[in-house]
Amino acid sequence: MDPVLGVDRAFWYIFGVSLILLIGITAVMIYFVVRYRRSKNPVPSDIRGDWKLELIWSIIPTFIALSMFWIGWSSYTGLRNVPDDAIEVEVLGQMFSWIFIYDNDKETENELVVPVNTPVKLNIESLDVIHSFFIPAFRVKVDAVKGLPTYLTFTPKEEGEFDIFCAEYCGTDHSYMTAKLRVVPNEEYEEWLEEEE
Amino acid sequence: MSDVKSFFDTPAPAHLTGIKAWLLTHDHKRLAIMYLWAVMFWFTVAIILGLLIRIELMSIGPTIMGAKLYNSAFTLHGVIMIFLFIIPAIPAIFGNFILPIQLGADDVFFPRLNLLSWYLYMLGGLLAIVSLFTGGGFPDTGWTFYVPFSVTTNHSVPLTLTAAFILGMSSMLTGLNFITTVHRMRVKEMGWMQIPLFTWSLYATGWVQLLATPVISITLLLVIFERAFGIGLFDPDKGGDPVLYQHLFWMYSHPVVYVMILPGMGIISEVIPTFSRKAIFGYKAIVWSSMGIAVAGSLVWAHHMYTSGISDTAVFIFSLLTYLVAIPTAIKVFSWVATLYKASIEMTPPLLYALIFIYLFTVGGLTGLVIGAAGTNIHVHDTQFIVAHFHFTMFGGAGFAFFAGLHFWWPKMFGVMYNIKKAYIAATLITVGFMFHYVPMFVLGMMGMPRRYFDYLPQFAQGNALAGIGGIIMVIGLLLMLYNLVMSLREKVVAPENPWGGVTLEWSVPSPPPVHNFVTAPSVKDYPYDFSEVLKKAAQS
Ligand code: HEM
Ligand SMILES: [Cu+2]
Repeated sequence: MDPVLGVDRAFWYIFGVSLILLIGITAVMIYFVVRYRRSKNPVPSDIRGDWKLELIWSIIPTFIALSMFWIGWSSYTGLRNVPDDAIEVEVLGQMFSWIFIYDNDKETENELVVPVNTPVKLNIESLDVIHSFFIPAFRVKVDAVKGLPTYLTFTPKEEGEFDIFCAEYCGTDHSYMTAKLRVVPNEEYEEWLEEEE
Repeated sequence: MSDVKSFFDTPAPAHLTGIKAWLLTHDHKRLAIMYLWAVMFWFTVAIILGLLIRIELMSIGPTIMGAKLYNSAFTLHGVIMIFLFIIPAIPAIFGNFILPIQLGADDVFFPRLNLLSWYLYMLGGLLAIVSLFTGGGFPDTGWTFYVPFSVTTNHSVPLTLTAAFILGMSSMLTGLNFITTVHRMRVKEMGWMQIPLFTWSLYATGWVQLLATPVISITLLLVIFERAFGIGLFDPDKGGDPVLYQHLFWMYSHPVVYVMILPGMGIISEVIPTFSRKAIFGYKAIVWSSMGIAVAGSLVWAHHMYTSGISDTAVFIFSLLTYLVAIPTAIKVFSWVATLYKASIEMTPPLLYALIFIYLFTVGGLTGLVIGAAGTNIHVHDTQFIVAHFHFTMFGGAGFAFFAGLHFWWPKMFGVMYNIKKAYIAATLITVGFMFHYVPMFVLGMMGMPRRYFDYLPQFAQGNALAGIGGIIMVIGLLLMLYNLVMSLREKVVAPENPWGGVTLEWSVPSPPPVHNFVTAPSVKDYPYDFSEVLKKAAQS
């Protein structure tokens, strides 16, 4: 499955179940507060607990929680698996810009160009403090740490321009440490790669 | 009312007079009041800072400050809110005031140590101020002080860290005091399952503080050494590991989120039964879930680090463990709501805050599930989504519980009642503002706007403008709430001994209590939330 779809499915599942729980809890709470207000119900019942009910509401949430954990985990593995035919680009984070280095030693700053429908693997490291490479459109993010190479991977399915952010606070101009991802047709990519700056 | 002299009029030790009766006191109640003013001061400062960052974000580009100042502003906001407000607030104020009384004791086990904790708190706060105006400028690392950034920035980080270190000591000693007090000072008749839930929650919290604080103390010292002597522990150039710092930091700071929330849960567990006139549902389950949260919460620190470069196996384990902490938390929420079933509910400001707490905290907890899951975490980590999530838990949760506690115990602490109508207006403003402030931040985070961003792209403009309006309403509400409480001290509408019909021991002593708390020997109920006497009295009148 498309990793982006996998993550989105996990979002929808967790949000959906959470919303039901939230509405349920809130509605019951408001109902009780109105229904059992003192003017209406001056004498309360003496109920101190009910082990059966308590058991049920311990066990059911456990299963819900485990299902959420599982869908979250499997979407994560989707993000981490690098297809064999991925092209690789080296990424270096520095205060406050991103450097991209291609196979043929072409270097760009704050502009990443990749061909459409081809898996991409980015090998990421930092030149100074910790940064974090984040492309919201592909649900990927990984920290750039000096001395600790990390990677992320994605497969663009359509052409277009996407935002890249630095997500780990790195100093004064952290919020300006943005870059553009351009997804272009294959031929255009080849051409661009050979272009001299 | 009663003709007993209150602790306000009786110095302890007895020979002290004037200001010394406060500054050298051993009385847990006086210390609680002293904490109250100090904490309120810092809370107000941090609210103003929060408002300033919010206003800055209302439009693209510099609005009222530049990037440097912005970064310092959110750092200070975070540091003050965490170390000077939300960690100490409930234990230091209500814990000090109420815990000994709930146990039928006349003070904490180590009164002098208690005084020392207060001085450490004040010293920590003072150092935080000093650190602003020394060194190369305001600290600007965020409240997490991540290396290598915090080692390289030329702003005065070491002093800020020292302040955090001292504040950690202060809160740890308070925790130690509470643990020993619970063990050693309970009236004889009180068994473990007769301890009120607020005190139980502080007991669980005390252990977390005692076990986790040394880790952060050592970590902060290491950062200071790293800066001063360049030992290279966290420096990759010297073979060090910056991610190690994050492990150490969160090994403390994650358990600490339970230090923030557990005492709040304790307050809610007092407020709900009191205004329901009904036993808390599942007393034992609440006790054990507190202890469960304290233990399990200590094992999940690396869920802040899924993107940091830790192994996928580590992500698997920490994600799984994180989901296990969710369960005791859910049990508590269900128990509170079930307590309302067939109750006799009287609406009051503390109850309103408690009900809003349940709603906001549930949102915080449920969005925590989004963050706990590995795949979804990657997308929202370090975005505005996280900022919204932790404000829902820390502010909507611990903060609102603190407000509930303020309105619940204020008449006990000062013997006066605040203006009820103003209290409702304030609660409404805070809540409405809160929703408008933080819900847009969830959306912004989903859209991909990172946190700690001084400036942003055009697609984030609408959400930030909306959040700004919410923020302003919220701050007006907060200031009104504080104003209303302070004004009650002027207007002096006398509050009776037991204005709410509470059954724990603090409601059996005068308001404000005398210096040794109890006028007649405390009598312990078999079951701490037995309302039969309150109901009998109500039926007679
Ligand atoms: C109990 C109350 C509160 C607590 C415990 C709290 C805590 C925090 C913490 C720990 C941070 C993170 C700082 C950092 O990234 O280093 C933060 C950020 C923030 N707070 Fe609060 N806060 C509270 C109330 C408020 C209020 C009243 C406002 C505004 C009126 C506010 C607005 C913000 C904003 C806008 C940020 C995000 C800054 C950014 O990421 O750029 N907070 N808060
Ligand atoms: Cu950066």
